[in-house]
Amino acid sequence: MSITIKDVEHVANLARLDLSDAEKEQFAGQLNAILKYAEKLNELDADGIEPTSHVLPLANVMREDEVKPSWPIEKVLRNAPEEEEGQFKVPAVLE
Amino acid sequence: MSKYETVVGLEVHVELHTKSKIFCGCSTSFGAPPNTHTCPVCLGHPGVLPVLNRQAVEYAMKAAMAINCEIAEWCKFDRKNYFYPDSPKAYQISQYDQPIGQNGWIDIEVNGQTKRIGITRLHLEEDAGKLTHIDGGYGSLVDLNRVGTPLVEIVSEPDIRSPEEAKAYLEKLRAIMQYCDVSDVKMEEGSLRCDANISIRPYGQKEFGTRAELKNMNSFRGVQRGLEYEELRQADVLDGGGKVVQETRRWDENQGKTISMRGKEEAHDYRYFPDPDLVRLHIDDEWKARVLASIPELPDARQARYIQEYGLSSYDAGVLTASMKLADFFEESLKHTSDAKASANWIMGELLGYLNANNLELDGVKITGQGLGEMIQLIEKGTISNKIAKTVFKGLIETGKSPQQIVEEQGLVQISDEGAILAIVDAVIAANPQSVEDFRNGKEKAIGFLVGQIMKETKGKANPGLVNKLLVDRLNA
Amino acid sequence: MSVFELKLSELHNRLKNKQLSVTELVDHSFKRISDTDGKIGAFLALNEEGARQQAQALDAQLAAGGERGLLFGVPAGIKDNIVTEGLRTTCGSKFLENHDPIYDATVVTKLRAAQAVTIGKLNMDEFAMGGSNENSAYGPVRNPWDTERVPGGSSGGSAASVAAGQVYFSLGSDTGGSIRQPAAYCGVVGLKPTYGLVSRFGLVAFASSLDQIGPITKNVEDSAYVLQAIAGHDERDTTSANVNVPDYLSALTGDVKGLRIGVAKEYLGQGIDPQVKERVLEALKVFESMGATWEEVSLPHTDYAIATYYLLASSEASSNLARFDGVRYGVRADNPANLLDLYRRSRSEGFGPEVKRRIMLGTYALSSGYYDAYYKKAQQVRTLIKRDFDQAFEKFDLIIGPTAPTPAFKLGEQVGDPLTMYLNDICTIPVSLAGVPAISIPCGMADGLPVGLQIIGKPFDESTVLRAAHAFESQTGFHDLRPALS
Repeated sequence: MSITIKDVEHVANLARLDLSDAEKEQFAGQLNAILKYAEKLNELDADGIEPTSHVLPLANVMREDEVKPSWPIEKVLRNAPEEEEGQFKVPAVLE
Repeated sequence: MSKYETVVGLEVHVELHTKSKIFCGCSTSFGAPPNTHTCPVCLGHPGVLPVLNRQAVEYAMKAAMAINCEIAEWCKFDRKNYFYPDSPKAYQISQYDQPIGQNGWIDIEVNGQTKRIGITRLHLEEDAGKLTHIDGGYGSLVDLNRVGTPLVEIVSEPDIRSPEEAKAYLEKLRAIMQYCDVSDVKMEEGSLRCDANISIRPYGQKEFGTRAELKNMNSFRGVQRGLEYEELRQADVLDGGGKVVQETRRWDENQGKTISMRGKEEAHDYRYFPDPDLVRLHIDDEWKARVLASIPELPDARQARYIQEYGLSSYDAGVLTASMKLADFFEESLKHTSDAKASANWIMGELLGYLNANNLELDGVKITGQGLGEMIQLIEKGTISNKIAKTVFKGLIETGKSPQQIVEEQGLVQISDEGAILAIVDAVIAANPQSVEDFRNGKEKAIGFLVGQIMKETKGKANPGLVNKLLVDRLNA
Repeated sequence: MSVFELKLSELHNRLKNKQLSVTELVDHSFKRISDTDGKIGAFLALNEEGARQQAQALDAQLAAGGERGLLFGVPAGIKDNIVTEGLRTTCGSKFLENHDPIYDATVVTKLRAAQAVTIGKLNMDEFAMGGSNENSAYGPVRNPWDTERVPGGSSGGSAASVAAGQVYFSLGSDTGGSIRQPAAYCGVVGLKPTYGLVSRFGLVAFASSLDQIGPITKNVEDSAYVLQAIAGHDERDTTSANVNVPDYLSALTGDVKGLRIGVAKEYLGQGIDPQVKERVLEALKVFESMGATWEEVSLPHTDYAIATYYLLASSEASSNLARFDGVRYGVRADNPANLLDLYRRSRSEGFGPEVKRRIMLGTYALSSGYYDAYYKKAQQVRTLIKRDFDQAFEKFDLIIGPTAPTPAFKLGEQVGDPLTMYLNDICTIPVSLAGVPAISIPCGMADGLPVGLQIIGKPFDESTVLRAAHAFESQTGFHDLRPALS
């Protein structure tokens, strides 16, 4: 399995990254090297092995349904690149 | 009749009415100024972590049990990755391959036939924020108050065969959620939302046709109309020798048609994976039993009871139990009268008629079940006539006063005193010799005129049976 | 001698006896930073005003008497991926160049409760991705032992600032070795606690199932103090363990008699610098001389750890870093044509190459059709790696090996070859995947550069790790070596 420039473009689109042609070439090469290295995992038969998402055997960690104070609007908007009427402003979703 | 069979599956989102959000302590209440119900967690600030709301889990369990789902012993939360301004983390925390509930069903009734609709799954997830489009569509404002409101998504099997069945399914689902008290289920406030997959196929064909996904149906009527439009559109495509395209279509309420969103929606690859910030859920028998015990009598059971206990028709019992508030109102009235059929008739006739005509909900009028029950009692005792009762009923709806008070204030008590009525009978006979003459000459109709005159004299309050009897006695004397 | 060379108990004595004030400690810190940071580049933001105000308040408290916090008056540096309200937090990324956090991380609240003084924010590889600190958008950090060399990473600023005597201690974060490896390169003590011992709330996530905050200090005793202050359950972090935090200081008995040590043979294999190997073997003799026993142990899946790690960590990172979209905070590209353009350009302009590379790798590994082959397979292999440790710990109390296969390398030496750079983490990554605690302590020099000894313990058994590390440094004194930084 080898990653093509087209694959790189597809993945970059999913990740919302703009890549230059040079970056696409570079990433295709580097990702291929890394994934080729990762193929060594195929040496292992892991069928039936439980996947580990968490090393701690925790379950059912929950909080009670209590309302806590929300943040003041000045803090909410403090880092906003653009805001209007107490809301975050973005350009049109569709063009 | 069309040569095509319609196949519909519905995806319904129900907002759970917890007090706080699913992963933080911000309030879920509706209608606050934009972004004032937010904190670093629901704003998706760098470094924050979600903490699961136990109540949201229990509401989801309750909802799943009420629609006869098997409850997962173990389940987990996954991230659904996509970029959109209403999703601050750029992923939605949802459940992918281990939903809380699976393999459920509900029964619906259409044209007197009961039909079972399968439910594939019910899972718990978080809601997104709201966008408002401004600058003539060149910009949007983002309000994140709604982000993190707990939702359950309920996916049906493709068992629905008509828009009417779809509507019945949705109404039944709404009733069940309302009975369970897990949601406000208001389509107009967005606490109940519905998307549909619809395809058609020639009768007899086993394979499903190519389906369209319908979005933006914001009312029960919208769901039905959208599906009606779409089944005709797809039939036209096939009849014209074309092929139905698999796509997402938006229902446009104003134009009354569905519009393709093709090109405006790219192919999604949500890259689901287990959320490493949350631990697994283990639902043991004890927890299940506790939640199960909190589920009240559901609409089907209540409908069956009304048929059995009160002798109501299946249809009437179905109408009364479609809304829990209405059913509770009915039962409240029965604490004050034993005439269940009379109560049912008043509710289905006068009350629903008034609500529909004025586009109101039950909680928008002042009448109580007790008021209705007491009014029926007044009719039974002969204090008021059925005709007068309509005036009293209007008073109950508008003022919320007790029927006794309305009757007294407006002087609506029925006159049943023989002496008083006889005096009026005699006066009317004296004043209308021609009619008396006609009656005696065999013109039976003349009696109606005389009764009318007597009622007019008493402003309708005279006991009609008594008037008839006394008048006939006098005339035949 | 710098006041920062005093042991914490001695420092507190002098404060109590009015031989020293908190203001003097804080002044010392800023003076040292201004004298040395031009060469080192450890700091990204200074909290001068805040620190001096806090120092005055603490001095007033000192005058009034009464209870003092565990880390009273001690100047601390904080890695810049730990969120500090009102103090710029960039994660070493251009994307967050002006980010002014609206809340404090739990560890920051805990440090304040312990009455430590926050001096500033420390440079790091962008979003903690890297092992050399060359991936910072704000320039590299240099190793105080040799400024032509890297300090390690990603907590390069945290390790270098302690080694250079700029702060008394620092906090770092470790995902695949990011505390231990720079501690080894800079000749200081770096502890990665058991996953779940220290709250991650307020640590900007790189790989959520691996990230842990831990202390970087000059000696093991300080490490125990800082760990004591920051460990413990946090209801804001669902993945933080609800365990009792033991008294780590009382574990520092100096006695290692009877301790059973396993030496991870895979960590001493191919690619290890002979001098590093020599220092580790010498360290084992020291333990032996103190009454511990050791023998070789195999962690058979070690060879698969790096591939496993890069798939899992990059996948989690691709999702964790998606929130940097230019809508609510961070940089936004100028004049975006539409929303898609806003996302793409803001992210492309804001992220550096290593971050993009890992986002690309993770996005690919999670994408449709590849999930089972990459992500799920890696999670299964993670189980096998964890079992290696479980089995070894049935027989041994501790596992020992080098922290890194070589001493610090030169700046620029490995840039452009990500895979070789990734292979430097062979000794630390398996430990992270297993979630167990490990400490890196100085164990001597190789050609004038410090070598780190890694001591790995059972889950939540930081006490034994600290006890062994403390006994070793008491016996050897390597931790007292300082770079000749003028």
